[in-house]
Amino acid sequence: MSAFFALVARDLRLAFRRKAEVLSGLFFFVVVAALFPLAIGPEAATLRHIGPGVLWVGALLASMLTLPRLFENDWRDGSLEHLVLSPHPLGLLVLGKIFAHWLVSGLPLVALAPLLGLQFDLPSDALGMLALSLLLGTPVLSCIGAIGAALTLGVRGGGVLVALLVLPLFVPVLVFGAGAVEALNSGLGAQAHVSILLAMLLPAVFFSPWACSAALRIALE
Amino acid sequence: MRWETWSDFWFMGGYGLYVWGSMGMTALLLLLEIAQAHLAHRRALALVRAEQSLENP
Amino acid sequence: MTMRWFYYAAPQTFYGLAGRLWPWLAALALALTLAGLWVGFALAPADAQQGEGYRIIFVHVPASWMSMVIYLAMAFWAVLGLTFNTRLSGMMTRALAPTGAIFAFLSLWTGALWGKPMWGAWWVWDARLTSELVLFFLYLGYIALTSAIDDVRRADRAGALIAIVGAINVPIIYFSVKWWNTLHQGASVSITRSPSMAQMMLWGMLLMALAMWVYTLAIVCYRVRTLIIERERHTDWVKALPEVAGVKA
Repeated sequence: MSAFFALVARDLRLAFRRKAEVLSGLFFFVVVAALFPLAIGPEAATLRHIGPGVLWVGALLASMLTLPRLFENDWRDGSLEHLVLSPHPLGLLVLGKIFAHWLVSGLPLVALAPLLGLQFDLPSDALGMLALSLLLGTPVLSCIGAIGAALTLGVRGGGVLVALLVLPLFVPVLVFGAGAVEALNSGLGAQAHVSILLAMLLPAVFFSPWACSAALRIALE
Repeated sequence: MRWETWSDFWFMGGYGLYVWGSMGMTALLLLLEIAQAHLAHRRALALVRAEQSLENP
Repeated sequence: MTMRWFYYAAPQTFYGLAGRLWPWLAALALALTLAGLWVGFALAPADAQQGEGYRIIFVHVPASWMSMVIYLAMAFWAVLGLTFNTRLSGMMTRALAPTGAIFAFLSLWTGALWGKPMWGAWWVWDARLTSELVLFFLYLGYIALTSAIDDVRRADRAGALIAIVGAINVPIIYFSVKWWNTLHQGASVSITRSPSMAQMMLWGMLLMALAMWVYTLAIVCYRVRTLIIERERHTDWVKALPEVAGVKA
């Protein structure tokens, strides 16, 4: 367990040394959220309608952008091999890396989204549900995305290839995440959506480290 | 016979474009697939022969 | 019995087996296709609501079925390959992918051509169409990944993993899209025909489905032989093959 926390702390420290990489993902989110009203028009009713979807897609793309970084830097300097060869269970170590990645790339999106939601004239309860759905959904995105990142270690085509692999798998999370806010807006209540997001989160957290370990071993042979 | 003339057949009760557009694309892609598989096979054989002639000049 | 299976797991023996099989499978596929088209176009009556336009189902439904069956087959060989580490399993998965992708595309294309006259739109976000679209993306992802990795063994095993992850996700994706679709009532058009489908329509569809299935078996056998030649070209038995030696100048 201490290995888990040590790895999380290490990854966080490294991320803070490379603030630019981390912040660029967040800036991407902000910029994308601004592009849609510019493209579609400033009419408040329309923006309120598309807001949850746009913000969810923006968060999805932003968290996907940062995925290649998850294993790449460690792979380049050889520390990934050390992790794979260490006596600690690789699944636990991978979970630590995914968790650190989410803390730095996913959690800030959860905090930013309600602020950006104001640009779309979303009511405050919608903003709350947006934050909650992202809070439950972005870890799932990190978990699934990590599998894609592990499979494409060092492969040319990098970021776009990860996107092609991982975006179809993101569809259920997107459907229920954005759907939760929609459901709340239309008065249906988002309880079912939130339950399903939770139901996706738990298996993702358990299954993904195992799949990632397999993928890393394939990549490092 | 269901259709009295050939032109009736192609017309397909007004749906000709859609029905033949579907059948045509299906036939086209499957034939292209067969052709591509055949070409790939020939290329693989040529590759083996080329490497062999390099080894035994 | 297991000894038999592992015997054919060696590329050399499978090469021979596939070589004997594929011509028969191809001939059978052709016969089934002709029979299916005959039943579908000459014998099956016009539909009460859709007139002659419904005949697209003779390619649409079989293509959809095959796109799903092939993906399951890929996942099956992927699991086998990762478990037993056999070279042939990787080749089978790779050989299946292009055919599956083509059937997925045809499902979408013929679906659009069916949708336009029937529902008035080239595309609707029906649960099945949308899931089929995502399945098409999964195929493209597998093909892109295996093409991008140079090392053949690593490419096979990475592809196997993504195929398995995708296969697990397909029911989840279908369920989520179905849910999404029923909530947004607008595009809730069902493409199922009325249960009382004329006998001949059903027969035509089944014959075409069988034809596409046998076609898939034939082309996969053929493709695997090509892969075997490429990958095992440094072995004596490949160098000694009549196809290789026969045409040498």
